[in-house]
Amino acid sequence: MTALLDRKLLFVTGKGGVGKSTIAASLGLLAAEQGKKTLVCEVDAKGNLADFYEAGETSFAAREIQPRLWAMSMNTEESLKEYLSLQLKIPFLAKIGPLARTFDFIATAAPGVKEILTIGKLAWEVREKHYDLVVVDSVATGHIVGQLTAPQVINELVQVGLVRNQTQWMLDILTDPAQTGVVIVSAPEEMPVAETIELAERLDAETDIDLAVIIVNRVLPELFTEREEALFEQLRQPERVAALSAAVGGDVGPILDAAELAVTLRRTRAGHLATLRAAVDPRLPLVYVPYLFTRSHGVRATRQVAEYLAEEL
Amino acid sequence: MATPRKAPPGDKARTLEQLLATKEIVICCGSGGVGKTTTAAAAALMAATHLGGKVLVLTVDPAKRLANALGLERFGNVEVRVPPEAFAEAGIEPRGELWAAMLDTKQSWDDLVERHAPNQKTRDAILVNSLYKNISGRFVQSHDYIAMERLYEIHQSGTYDLIVVDTPPTRNAVDFLEAPDRMADFFSSKLLRWLTAPSKSRVMSFASKPFYTVADRILGSQFLEDIATFFSLFQTMAPGFVERAEAVTKTLADRRTTFLVVSTLEAAPLHEAEYFIAVLDDRKLDLGALVLNKVLPSYLRRTATTGVARRLVADAEELAASVPGIGDPADISRVMATVGESFLNYQVVAKREAEQRASLARSPEVVAAVPYFEADIHDLSGLLALGEQIWR
Repeated sequence: MTALLDRKLLFVTGKGGVGKSTIAASLGLLAAEQGKKTLVCEVDAKGNLADFYEAGETSFAAREIQPRLWAMSMNTEESLKEYLSLQLKIPFLAKIGPLARTFDFIATAAPGVKEILTIGKLAWEVREKHYDLVVVDSVATGHIVGQLTAPQVINELVQVGLVRNQTQWMLDILTDPAQTGVVIVSAPEEMPVAETIELAERLDAETDIDLAVIIVNRVLPELFTEREEALFEQLRQPERVAALSAAVGGDVGPILDAAELAVTLRRTRAGHLATLRAAVDPRLPLVYVPYLFTRSHGVRATRQVAEYLAEEL
Repeated sequence: MATPRKAPPGDKARTLEQLLATKEIVICCGSGGVGKTTTAAAAALMAATHLGGKVLVLTVDPAKRLANALGLERFGNVEVRVPPEAFAEAGIEPRGELWAAMLDTKQSWDDLVERHAPNQKTRDAILVNSLYKNISGRFVQSHDYIAMERLYEIHQSGTYDLIVVDTPPTRNAVDFLEAPDRMADFFSSKLLRWLTAPSKSRVMSFASKPFYTVADRILGSQFLEDIATFFSLFQTMAPGFVERAEAVTKTLADRRTTFLVVSTLEAAPLHEAEYFIAVLDDRKLDLGALVLNKVLPSYLRRTATTGVARRLVADAEELAASVPGIGDPADISRVMATVGESFLNYQVVAKREAEQRASLARSPEVVAAVPYFEADIHDLSGLLALGEQIWR
């Protein structure tokens, strides 16, 4: 494949709770540190991209938060404004009163318009080569296909008009695997894996957009080899727990329980990973990011994940 | 009206069991991936088992195994009864009946049109309209509205003693609360009136001309006409819709309705839970319970054990001698060091979670912490095990 960070536009999606934003933020950070002028855009307006960089609020106007790393958050009304002034050069823009009203009308009445204003803005940044890479902290798995297919839907629904004329170049960028890729962030748990598999199928069946990679976040470490696990079972015998507790000068019971919990969690999760691997195209890369046993969050955690990604990508 | 918040403490439910015994609708909400669906199913199962009556769990998108556990093979608006054999297998003799249904958004919209359309001609015209198909099938917010609408309808039917609802995964946890209001607003808006006015007056109208011109240049007049046609049809259903949306909103605020906020102790879901709790307060809706899932066991937080784990790591070689005869001492010491390190790793996470929990600004009377379940839930026994954790 075209190396992930050598593409121009990456849509990062995933089920809620798997760490989609962390991965998007880390990919952006990594690309910027590799020398690419990178834009990270938050689409799901929860406003927490800022938390991952700890660099203040983001807005529609992109801001350079560290060398080569730019951040923005999507706002479809702003996007429409920009589009109107850039593209249509509408002279009476000032006279149309609160744009919000017009916008509400368009967005409510016409399905796909909100989505296309999002995709349009992002694809525009790519087309104009404002950045080497645009990383999109996109909507969750349930909504991403709707968002990515918006240009197609508009193409079908709208027979004439400027929007229609604008969709073709967007489709050209979106469907070129050298330029655009989808990154699904997953976690080794039942529902995230099920949603990942379903989304991979839908992307294939309903879009011409390339699924670049699946990044599995929060993978627990394997504690023991088989031989070590047998020894661990021996250690858990009550008389050995007692002997070891006496030798170490404190109750080791909870410590062994914790290890047992870790082993069981890892095993359940390994099963889900196997399900995932077996269900998707064997050529599709799966990248694993380990669970972070740290107190850190914010930019430090983002950096740690970026370091893991640097090794894996 | 909302449940009185200033009730004397003695009247407050202290357990989920007490809470559910006084309610008819329980709405489970929280961000994605926190076990909302499973929690809803477990709560319903416990209610059917212990409180009796007919209990329905209305889910949106359950994991396959959970769906199987509830006997739901496919999506459908028809409620199915969880077979008594499934209870027998799990060794439970329920006092009541458990029913389950999965929400079919498209079908629910069609039903709604069916009900509110003034005549068959309008109904058919709407059902085949391409914009309608798009909105009902794809439109994100349509799930939110329809979930609340279905809930209302089922509640009105009086078939169930208790309905537990799993809310759809939304971009924002409060979207579904606002959906009925938004629907009502939409139908009474000037915008709709403008849209559905005869096209001649729309074009000529001085006030609306700029709108139309902009919209026309962006979308093309044909598309605008399509939109107008669609909304003209849709508007014929406005009175029914508005009335209905208002009734749905009232149901949410009814004293028989309560909200169960589900979260894990991770930062992001908890943040969302907190926000949601604030919104419930704001709207004077009843926050009944907070369920914290996947909580690590409390022994992980014991400070006394920290030293023991550290010694296991540091003195692994010497300590291996205390458990002779089970294998190569080098292997044993490696296992001990791994065990100690793993404990310390998980302790960091457990402490982080405890801090998150302590930082909750407000929590309801009923808070249930559910330990990490080691295996996935795939039958009623598993669901029951979870249920036991939150029930009393």
